[in-house]
Amino acid sequence: MGMDRREFIRISGLAALLGLGGKGAFELLRPGQVEAALQTEPGALTAKRWAMVVNMKKLDEATAEKCIAACNRVHNIPNFNEPIDPKFKLDPDVTKRDEIKWIWTEHYHNAFVEDQTNLPEKVKHMAFLLLCNHCDNPPCVRVCPTKATFRRDDGIVNMDMHRCIGCRFCMAGCPFGARSFNWRDPRPYVKDTFPGYPTREAGVVEKCTFCAERLAQGLMPACVEASGGAMVFGDLNQENSPVREILQKYYSIRRKVHLGTNPQVYYIV
Amino acid sequence: MDDKIKNEFGVFAERPQVEKKFYGAKYIFGGLIIFLILVFLPLAPNLGKTIPAPERKLDTPVIQKLAAKDRKCVMPTEWMRANHMQMLVDWRDNVVRSDEKGAPNIREFVTPDGRKFLASLTNTCLDCHSNKAQFCDQCHNYVAVVPNCFGCHLQEGKKLAEVK
Repeated sequence: MGMDRREFIRISGLAALLGLGGKGAFELLRPGQVEAALQTEPGALTAKRWAMVVNMKKLDEATAEKCIAACNRVHNIPNFNEPIDPKFKLDPDVTKRDEIKWIWTEHYHNAFVEDQTNLPEKVKHMAFLLLCNHCDNPPCVRVCPTKATFRRDDGIVNMDMHRCIGCRFCMAGCPFGARSFNWRDPRPYVKDTFPGYPTREAGVVEKCTFCAERLAQGLMPACVEASGGAMVFGDLNQENSPVREILQKYYSIRRKVHLGTNPQVYYIV
Repeated sequence: MDDKIKNEFGVFAERPQVEKKFYGAKYIFGGLIIFLILVFLPLAPNLGKTIPAPERKLDTPVIQKLAAKDRKCVMPTEWMRANHMQMLVDWRDNVVRSDEKGAPNIREFVTPDGRKFLASLTNTCLDCHSNKAQFCDQCHNYVAVVPNCFGCHLQEGKKLAEVK
C-alpha cells in the first residue's frame, strides 16, 4: 500500500488538529472535570502569588508592636524573657541569642544593607517590620535536605515541622535572618497557649508562613489584621488586588534584591 | 622438601600435638549462668502472668452529649484501632503538604458515609476523646510505642479562628 504526498499531508493535518483541539474537546464534553478534583475547601483564601506590602507611612511603633504580638499569640511563639515558672528563667544573653521570631522590627541599616542613596533621610531612621520574604527563588528550600521547607504553588514558602531534622542549613541559607531554631522546648515560655496552632519541639526550625493555616480558614494573616491597614496582603498576580493597587500608587523597596531571591515583601517608604 | 610432606596438611602436620583441655571451665560456665540469670531476672516477676489489655473509657462529656446514632468515630472502631496512625499521617500530609497534590490546603476529611470533619488531631480527635491519658497514653504505654504527636500538638483545642 502506498501513500502519496497529498494523502500524507491530509492525514497529518487532521492529526494535528485533533492534538491541538484535544483539551478543548474534553472541556466541551465534561466542563470543569479536570480542575474540580484539585479544588481546595470552600471559604479558603487562594491566590496565584501571595505578597505582603508594609506601608511604612502608616506603620508606627505601636502598630508594629501590635502586629508582632498578634503573630506571637496565634503561633504560640515562646517569649524566653517570661517563663511560666520561675525555675525556667534564662540568662538575658541566652534569651536574646536563642530568640524565636517570625516578625520583628529592625533598624533601616540592618534591614537594607545596600546603600540606597535615593531614599529620603527620614526613611533611614525608621524601624522596619521584618518577616520571611517568601522568596520566589528561596535559598532555604534549595538547601533543605529533607524537603521540610518547600515552596507552594501560591508562593508561600512553608515549613513541615514533622519533617525538619534541625540541621539549620536553611538558617545559613536565608539571607534575611527570618528563621529561628528551637534550642529548647518552647512550651514553658508560652504563657497563654493558643489552641488553634501547635507549639514546636526542641530541634526544629520555624519561621513565618504567611499564616497559611489562617488563609485556609478564609482569614487574613494575623499581623495584617492587627495592623489596621498598615500592612496589605493579597494576590500579586491579580489585577486590582489591594497589593497591586498600592504598589502601583507608591514607590516601594524590597530587602536585598541584589541577591536574586526575588523577595515578596514590599516596603512603601 | 617432598619427604617433609606427610599428608594433605603439608609441613604443619608435624607440629607438636597439644593436649586438648578446657581451661577454667567452671569459671566460664559459672559466669555464663550468672549472666543469664541477671538478664532474665527482670522478666521473672511477670512470668506466667497475662497482663490484661487496658480498658479504654469512651465516656467523655462530649461523647455523652452526642445522640446514640452519632456516637461513632470518623471510621469504624476496629479500623481506627488498626489504622489511626496512618490516617493521622494522611491528614497531616493533606493539611501541610497537599500542594503536591495541586491544592494548597486540604483540611476537610470526608468519611466513606459522607460526614465531613476538620482534619485535626487537637480539634477533632481530642475534641471527643478529651481523656488523652485514658484514650491515647494507656494503649501506647501497653504496646510500648512513643509517638511524639503531643510534643507539639496541644491537648486542648477549638477557638481555631480567634484573632488576638
